[in-house]
Amino acid sequence: MNPAFETEALSWYEGSARQRVAALVDPGSFHEVVGPEERATSPHLALFDLPEQFDDGMIVGSATLDGAEVLVAAQEGRFMGGAVGEVHGAKLVGLLRAAKALRRDVLILFDTGGVRLQEANAGETAIAEIMRALIEARGSGSRVVGLVGGRSGCYGGGGLIAGCCSALIVTEQGRISVTGPEVIETNRGVEEFDSRDRALVWRTMGGKHRYLLGGADAFVDDGPGAFRAAVQAILAKPERLDLATLDAEQARLERRLVRFGTASDAVAVWSILGVKDAPGVPGLSTQAFHAIATCRESADDAR
Amino acid sequence: MTLAEILVGLFPDGHDVAVADGLILGTGRRAGGKPVHVLGLAEGTPLGIEGALTLAGRVLAIARSGDGAPILMPVDSSSQRMSRRDELLGLNEYLAHLAKALMLAEAEGHRTLGLLYGRSAAGAFIATALATGHLVALPGAHPEVMDLPSMARVTKLSLDVLTEKARATAVFAPGLDNLVQTGAIHETWDPRRSLAEQLEACLAAPQASGDCRDRLGWERGGRTRAAAIAERVAARVADHA
Repeated sequence: MNPAFETEALSWYEGSARQRVAALVDPGSFHEVVGPEERATSPHLALFDLPEQFDDGMIVGSATLDGAEVLVAAQEGRFMGGAVGEVHGAKLVGLLRAAKALRRDVLILFDTGGVRLQEANAGETAIAEIMRALIEARGSGSRVVGLVGGRSGCYGGGGLIAGCCSALIVTEQGRISVTGPEVIETNRGVEEFDSRDRALVWRTMGGKHRYLLGGADAFVDDGPGAFRAAVQAILAKPERLDLATLDAEQARLERRLVRFGTASDAVAVWSILGVKDAPGVPGLSTQAFHAIATCRESADDAR
Repeated sequence: MTLAEILVGLFPDGHDVAVADGLILGTGRRAGGKPVHVLGLAEGTPLGIEGALTLAGRVLAIARSGDGAPILMPVDSSSQRMSRRDELLGLNEYLAHLAKALMLAEAEGHRTLGLLYGRSAAGAFIATALATGHLVALPGAHPEVMDLPSMARVTKLSLDVLTEKARATAVFAPGLDNLVQTGAIHETWDPRRSLAEQLEACLAAPQASGDCRDRLGWERGGRTRAAAIAERVAARVADHA
């Protein structure tokens, strides 16, 4: 007999997509649709002699969180790096269209390297469809919350989808970016970005930097309880996406360029923000980090 | 076709569209004098944080003006600008902001029409052309997610093998025809016919209700599963609600 799975002890970073969903929502409340038993696999991987997965690395369904009805999507970073292919992407499109029709809030548990190259055109188109469906769901009043703390981060098209969400919750390990470190290094050289310098990667794209910069709205510990509390706090506020929201985002992003546009590194950004010991930020515990992060840029009503 | 030729073809009555730092900005005059806002990317420019912000600011100003005039977005770009600085400052937010601005302008009653006339790739393609309500291309356009040599590196397959596989499927290799087949591009214009007339035909057609790209991909055979999967997920979620 297996020892009981202690959901609250789950490391979000180490866990699988299914474990994260099970640990996040009310126990036993997740109802998956088009699950692995339906064998909705990628029709394109066989061409590359690559193994398929019965859920194509995307888990979608409905659940309750603290009694409230929500829709949930989770990417499995262990399968193809969570990359978005035709079926993977279509499942999220369908979920977001349902959210719009039902005016239901959506949680997206990101864990992705971006578009799946073996089906690049289908994946790229799917990202565009997801963004449109997401914005339409928000337009009908649904809140779409992104949770970023998986091993594969939130890269490429995943970063653009994240930028469309109502709010984002990150952990220290949660990286959000468009071009990944390896791709920048391949295209521009190691002088531009040394992808093996892990400290550089974390402070340029990691959760602490994104939270300080206003690129994320909540910074949490690497576990389901912390994510759940942050989701509840976000869902307590109404959704808003209109011209005023985007005007405010325009002003926010302009201000960021003015304030930090000449900063050469994240440490310089944090110093400009007013963090006293900026080089010490990566070493701070969550609690200590929250204490110094009061000087952060926020994106309230501007995302 | 060059951008200058395209603009003359689209707006025989005149336009004041100019290109600066790779960004296209201005207004064209339709037959009868009504305006079309024109903004986009030229000269194969990569899209970075400043460019995205300038374009988004323009789109929001148009949406605020309430003039209801269509927005035409010609695109000949590279990919997103790949740099440490762009990522440090949150390129994902800048690109998403531009896409959101385009979709919101559309919701506010401005038709948004993408016009792919050169290259475009990856994040720049998603934040511009693919965020418009209707995307047309001119022959010779070359959209791609990633070029085949880079793809060969990532997939650890030889270029010869990839080239061979590209003949069997539209799903991964770069090129206009492939992205038409997946439904990403709604239609291709005929450069021998009047561009102004083709633009007017586009604007006269009723606006599609909802995103039809997955259905186009199914009809054209380039993306046979997406529409059915999305429909099934939405139906099952509704059944359980």
